[in-house]
Amino acid sequence: MNIKNKLKQISGSWYFLIIILLIYLLLFIFKQDLFSLSLNLFYDIFLKIIPVFVFVFVLMSLINYFITPKFIIKHLKEKGIKKWFFAIIGGILSSGPIYMWYPLLADLKNKGLNYGLIACFLYNRAIKIPLIPLAIIYFSWQYILVLTIVMVIISIIQGILINKLMEVKK
Amino acid sequence: MKKAITKAGKGLWKAFPMILGTILLISLISTLIPKSFYTKIFSNNFFFDPILGSLIGSISAGNPITSYIFGGEILNQGVSLLVVTAFLVAWVTVGLIQLPAESVILGKKFALLRNITAFILAILVAIITILIFGVF
Repeated sequence: MNIKNKLKQISGSWYFLIIILLIYLLLFIFKQDLFSLSLNLFYDIFLKIIPVFVFVFVLMSLINYFITPKFIIKHLKEKGIKKWFFAIIGGILSSGPIYMWYPLLADLKNKGLNYGLIACFLYNRAIKIPLIPLAIIYFSWQYILVLTIVMVIISIIQGILINKLMEVKK
Repeated sequence: MKKAITKAGKGLWKAFPMILGTILLISLISTLIPKSFYTKIFSNNFFFDPILGSLIGSISAGNPITSYIFGGEILNQGVSLLVVTAFLVAWVTVGLIQLPAESVILGKKFALLRNITAFILAILVAIITILIFGVF
């Protein structure tokens, strides 16, 4: 494999980190006071969040183990108001990149799932249980609780709105 | 279980360079830019500020872990919780990067409507959350 192909395999986020590290290298050479201040702040933030990542890792592993796409898809086929309930729960518990879910949702759409439920499911993906410990560190549990409840309610409103706008009658 | 742990590990490893880079960038920006700068951008307007927060969140992309760290740190810099909330919500609900894939697989009309309503609703979520949070 040549260097060009190897470079193609490196994701954009690594390039982002390399650029930032190069900026720090330049600071170290030309602006050492700014370099030290920034690095001290980086150290403080890093120490604050590192222990939380252990919780994040454990929660991610548990959700990956118990909640599979098959489990979610099965429950999204429920009828009546239960559908909305499972769209919310499914969205919250689903993991992995969002684009991974598009083909599965498109398949369910062909089988009768309405656009509103898809929107509701995708909106609730924004609520990440494994990341709650980190969010609490920064924003307090009261704030996260209020935000989560508001987001769940708004997800239903978005679902209804999308159904109306798409003129879907289910 | 091993598969679940590996998947979680891979997920975090994938996010690692972005998290590290973001913390380094925030540390630099926080050192360079005085807190008064943020108060100049955000005018403490109850409606305009969350619109700006939602706009910045919509065009930002990356793992939600990064959004919490970034949101938390700009909050420490003096940006209001209202703006940070709109920013956080828009970051995770509006997906401009995924829009082409979403359009192709789920339909252009749906993808556009979903993202536009998510942008507007991020502002609404921020306002409602802050109003309720302020009561407690």
